[in-house]
Amino acid sequence: MAVAVVLVLVALGSVVFHMLSPWWWTPIASNWGFIDNTILITFWITGAVFVAVVLFTAYCIYTFRHREGLRADYEPENQKLETWLGLGTALGVAAMLTPGLVVWYQFVTVPEGAAEIEVVGQQWSWAYRFPGPDGKLGTTDVRYIGPDNPLGLNPSDPNGSDDVIVDGGDLHLPRGGPIKVLLRSTDVLHDFYVPEFRAKMDMIPGTVTYFWLTPTRDGTFDILCAEYCGVGHANMRGTVVVEDAAKQKAWLSQQKSFAELSARGRTAAR
Amino acid sequence: MVDVTARTIETAVPPAEVPDVELYHPKSWLTTWVFSQDAKIIAIQYSMTALTIGLVALVASWLIRLQLAFPNTFSFMDAATYYQAVTVHGMIMVIYLLTAVFLGGFGNYLIPLMIGARDMVFPYVNMLSYWIYLAAVLVLVASFFAPGGPTGAGWTLYPPQAILEGTPGYSAGIILMLASLILFIIGFTMGGLNYVVTVLQGRTRGMTLMRMPLTVWGIFTATVIALLAFPALFVGAVMMLLDRALGTSFFMPAIIQAGEHLKYNGGSPILFQHLFWFFGHPEVYIVALPAFGMVSDLISTHARKNIFGYRMMVWAIISIAVLSFVVWAHHMYVSGMYPAFGFFFATTTLIIAVPTALKVYNWVLTLWRGDIHLTVPMLFAIAFIVTFVNGGLTGLFLGNVVVDVPLSDTMFVVAHFHMVMGVAPILVVFGAIYHWYPKITGRMLNEVMGQVHFWITFLGAYAIFFPMHYLGLLGVPRRYFEIGQTSFVPPSAETLNIFITVVALVVGIAQLVFVFNLFWSLKKGRESGPNPWRATSLEWQTPETPPGHGNWGKELPVVYRWAYDYSVPGAEQDFIPQNEPPSALNGARAAGH
Repeated sequence: MAVAVVLVLVALGSVVFHMLSPWWWTPIASNWGFIDNTILITFWITGAVFVAVVLFTAYCIYTFRHREGLRADYEPENQKLETWLGLGTALGVAAMLTPGLVVWYQFVTVPEGAAEIEVVGQQWSWAYRFPGPDGKLGTTDVRYIGPDNPLGLNPSDPNGSDDVIVDGGDLHLPRGGPIKVLLRSTDVLHDFYVPEFRAKMDMIPGTVTYFWLTPTRDGTFDILCAEYCGVGHANMRGTVVVEDAAKQKAWLSQQKSFAELSARGRTAAR
Repeated sequence: MVDVTARTIETAVPPAEVPDVELYHPKSWLTTWVFSQDAKIIAIQYSMTALTIGLVALVASWLIRLQLAFPNTFSFMDAATYYQAVTVHGMIMVIYLLTAVFLGGFGNYLIPLMIGARDMVFPYVNMLSYWIYLAAVLVLVASFFAPGGPTGAGWTLYPPQAILEGTPGYSAGIILMLASLILFIIGFTMGGLNYVVTVLQGRTRGMTLMRMPLTVWGIFTATVIALLAFPALFVGAVMMLLDRALGTSFFMPAIIQAGEHLKYNGGSPILFQHLFWFFGHPEVYIVALPAFGMVSDLISTHARKNIFGYRMMVWAIISIAVLSFVVWAHHMYVSGMYPAFGFFFATTTLIIAVPTALKVYNWVLTLWRGDIHLTVPMLFAIAFIVTFVNGGLTGLFLGNVVVDVPLSDTMFVVAHFHMVMGVAPILVVFGAIYHWYPKITGRMLNEVMGQVHFWITFLGAYAIFFPMHYLGLLGVPRRYFEIGQTSFVPPSAETLNIFITVVALVVGIAQLVFVFNLFWSLKKGRESGPNPWRATSLEWQTPETPPGHGNWGKELPVVYRWAYDYSVPGAEQDFIPQNEPPSALNGARAAGH
């Protein structure tokens, strides 16, 4: 009896907790509302299954608890029932998988004309790079990295000299247009993670990874590292500001280009 | 469930007596109790070692929880210690406790007894398996005392950080960790080959594969997948050891760290992840399948009812095992791997939910119209159903590729895998110990202590891990020494963290009741007799309890039926042992076949 009651409480308590929980996702600030919707569908389906299974278990425990003279049924199998249960489960799974795959297709298909920016992770800080007036990011390699070339731009690549480098400041992104975020690391794995954006992706040294998003809401958001990267992992923070395109452009024009930074480096060396 | 008559069996196979029994038994105290080749002794050695090192993992989990609830409070806790505790906890729980206790412990004890064999087929190799496992544990323990301490690379040991400065224990700890894993895999392979060959070749007369208890099916299948999966980890560990010790670049690309260009070039960090998870995902089922098998037998025995859909249960175990090899990259959706992999691995991952769900239905349908005895093993089995269903369902979030994107690397993942492969299988380990302890010792574990242990463990574990999902949903990342200042984590999350920690400490301390019970009942427990649960499977039909060396005395048992003849209509008792000849049945049923 007590066991059955506790199971009912566990099932209903979980639902109540879910309803009342003050811990819920952050207000979204990107186009990935589809992801939130898929999570909601999954919550509904899995929640219903969980409650049904636990309540049925509780019912069985109460109804078929041992009493003097009670004897269990003898029913080795019931293929019809098993087939129906299997089909029903397959249907529920398909109802979750289908939207999942559709949205994943969107997630991995970067829209034509998305603006490119680059985020570079290193133990334990973030740096950013925007293409300059030419609209192209220059090539990079870890072996070019030095005191006046923190992101390892190829000095002989003309596309790189006008690239805007933000090392140590906030990241500003324009609201409203799709952005392809190219991700690089110079040392270990990191992960560029802004909870409000929903999207995230690991950064791997030796490779360029990416994801895309359209920022949809103005605001200032935390950047965290979501892939363990050593003792400073939890301190690897940054800030991203989403604002309208004109403001962002004004901010961008105040940042230093690679050519300016390396010229300054040469002057300082002299 | 076709009955084979005694006559056909007697003429078909030679008698099973061992002529030179005396030669076979050990002669000295040392070979009887220490360097024993008896699978039952080896099982106890494996289990006690695993539970002992498991206590280290328990203490590590307290350290983790204390830091998360009370940051900046404890002088003994810094970021390095925290990450070392996280790594040691995860590694011990998955490899050195759960894998060892299910396969080395329960596998060794139950396989020979349940299939009617005298022992494992290669007893000497079986003994070596344990001693190499012990060596692996000792090397792991040695890393705690190495300069720089144990590795703090996380249990996944992802390169490049695992072997670079900036990760605790990068100098010595990681080398000992990898060496220990290599030893573990060698030891496991020796034991694993034994379990597989014993099940295939050592079954007694009449014990067909489709009459085996599901416990044996679970352990057997888990062992097969472990033999296929562990080599991937072995290769990964050897290559990483070479990268660390000799400066090769299997997993190491060109790297600049703290302004210094390292000598590595051309390696692939993501290759390690594929190798790791090619092992790592089957590993989940290496732990889960034995638990599935044992919980089936617990439920059937204590509900006095045959397991519902036995054949479906067997095929579900086999299909889960096969599928477990094609889902590994669902751990890597945001790793930066080839994006189109997501379609394939999400589909396979969600397909695996179908056979898994069928198993759950069959457990619950076994309770339906049963005669449910709420013994301590049964309570643990029921708690397993609840926690496994919960943890399995959250797997549908994380397996569904795009849903995983916001949730991966958050506390949601931590909550999910603890519920599904921590709490649920451990509840089965407890249930199984309460269930089989009488066979191992001849005495029952104390019921009152068992009840106390059960309620605190079940409700406590649920209270720890269920709310934790919501921290992940909020966006709190995992493996964070402290969350510190953020714009999105409300102060109430701190309260929740304190709640979780307090419950975790209580649940941890409740395990001492269990440990005490294990020793107390050894002397003071009620005598159990050979078959206290009135169970059908062969281990309860041994001539001696605890069973002696060779298990069966002079003659091996002959099996006439499956392991689930509970409450057979017309039978006098509500169970018929597997070795009960058909003639002993009363009229109605015997005539019917």
